[in-house]
Amino acid sequence: MHEPFHFYTESHLVRLLGLKAKNTLELLEGMKKVPASSIYYHTHRFLQQHHYLSPEPPNDFAYWLTNILNLKQLGEAFASVDTVDFRNMEELRAEFIGILESYPVKNVVDCPKGHEFHFMACQTFILPVQYIAHNLHEFADILRRISVSSLYFHIFESRMRLERDENDFQAWFRSIGKNELAQSLSKLDPYTITLESLRGQILEMVMKHAEH
Amino acid sequence: MQNINDYIPVVGPSVINELFLLAERVQPRAVQNINSTAVGGGVAEILTRMVPLLRQLGVNAKWDVIKGNDKFFNITKSIHNALHGADVTISKEEWEYFLEVNRENAAELDLSDDIIFVHDPQPIALIERRNRRDAVKWIWRCHIDITNPQKEVMDFLKLYVEKYDSAVFSAPAFGQEMDIAQVLISPSIDPLSDKNKDLPQETVDEVLERLGIDKKRRLVTQISRFDYLKDPVGVIRVYQKAKKHIDCQLVLAGGGATDDPEGMQVLEEAKSAAAGDSDVHIIFLPAGSDVEINALQRASTVVLQKSLKEGFGLTVAEALWKAKPVIASAVGGIPLQIKHKYSGILTYSIEGTAHYLKQLLHEPSYAKALGLNGREHIKNNFLITRHIRDYLLLFLSQYYEQDVVSL
Repeated sequence: MHEPFHFYTESHLVRLLGLKAKNTLELLEGMKKVPASSIYYHTHRFLQQHHYLSPEPPNDFAYWLTNILNLKQLGEAFASVDTVDFRNMEELRAEFIGILESYPVKNVVDCPKGHEFHFMACQTFILPVQYIAHNLHEFADILRRISVSSLYFHIFESRMRLERDENDFQAWFRSIGKNELAQSLSKLDPYTITLESLRGQILEMVMKHAEH
Repeated sequence: MQNINDYIPVVGPSVINELFLLAERVQPRAVQNINSTAVGGGVAEILTRMVPLLRQLGVNAKWDVIKGNDKFFNITKSIHNALHGADVTISKEEWEYFLEVNRENAAELDLSDDIIFVHDPQPIALIERRNRRDAVKWIWRCHIDITNPQKEVMDFLKLYVEKYDSAVFSAPAFGQEMDIAQVLISPSIDPLSDKNKDLPQETVDEVLERLGIDKKRRLVTQISRFDYLKDPVGVIRVYQKAKKHIDCQLVLAGGGATDDPEGMQVLEEAKSAAAGDSDVHIIFLPAGSDVEINALQRASTVVLQKSLKEGFGLTVAEALWKAKPVIASAVGGIPLQIKHKYSGILTYSIEGTAHYLKQLLHEPSYAKALGLNGREHIKNNFLITRHIRDYLLLFLSQYYEQDVVSL
């Protein structure tokens, strides 16, 4: 008998750190001292706030560099960091710091007044919801109904912030012997899909395997 | 009075279920809101809606109002203006009177609930009553734009703010260098209020007819009180530039106090700038014209918010909620509501606004896509249900220090 899957959800409270940057040097300085939850917030906020497909850069750093400082190349370097390849926030922070440190100091420009980068962070609250799946059919049925916050928690939060090797869905699929399904899910880059599309794609995979 | 379950068709059952789950965790605590007025103004408006909804969720939420006379409220009005950056001086005697009124209120109020939630500067000094030996948590909620506050006034208030456990601000730029926890909670709109609820087409048509607006022709609208900072004359210039190339009508509608001489002057200047153009409708709306505002927004082809300065700019959220394409200045909280070219248009000048207005009037399918993205963004981030969730999290956060909390 396999362990059933218990669904959870999460909510973020956004914290202001009272720290801002007006150029790349100050951004670098701030990035070195903010808590890891700040790196997390600025690289994951867009996923929950923009449910439609937004072609804007996928993190706040890239958005600010590109649209406020008009540093298109540096902005693109930030935007193209494959968040999915990093195990935790410290590794991701180190990658961003490396990019900023290699940026020539002579090119530093200040942003217009009032358009500074404001460092923020978040406190995350996790709580169980009443849904439990014992098999793939039940799993699919629940997946249709849960909030995007719940979906977000199981795909992003557990892996990136709680530093687990795989997301919760993959782990459970493997535990019930659905290795192929777990494998297909591992190939998805969830950072380039909206949460609703992600729900649809996972549902499609699950339904395909539920029939076997 | 709305019921929390009335929001299920708007945001979905899972969102409301999760509010109940969070509220359950808050339930053992009583939360006392304190502000300075029971009616009128944005803070009273949000508390009027929020407190009953929190109670329906099972939270023991209360609301008290401090007492003060004209002298006190004249001083707090000056404090408010100084926080907005106005060059006003508050004398030592005025500060002393301000503190005295706070102390009188502190002596009368029962401040023994688990969480004391103080709104805006008027009751800020109630914190003097705090007894560090008890477990009561104190939160200060600032509803004011303090991007460029007058330093002297801000420094004085900070002496009190820093005695609280947490301070809450509405936009990232309002955060301060302080040693206490600071939280970002954006304001919200209520999708079921008269200003935002769905309206039958007949109601919209009736309002347009009453106001003398042609429902068959394109309509460009700005809803704002008559204030220089909302730049109504700039809006007329925008319309005049666009009108050379594409037919449209303009509505400038808003309220304001009839005894406010500046407001009346702005209204007259707008009329004069319109130069008798019968397609420009300048409408002074009396208080309580929420259905009229709703109808005008719903009837609009494009909505403008060409403010020179803005606190949060919730009129943008109201228009986007109605899936209207919005062109707005990139000031205050507006960039939080609009991502340029995806959920609306952000501009910096009359010329830029006119350029995009022509484009949106000429390209209705693009305009429609902006409006739909905008509505989705407001639905996920700026409705009262998100605001309630943030308040529940704020209350819970008083009892947990770690970044990730398993409840």
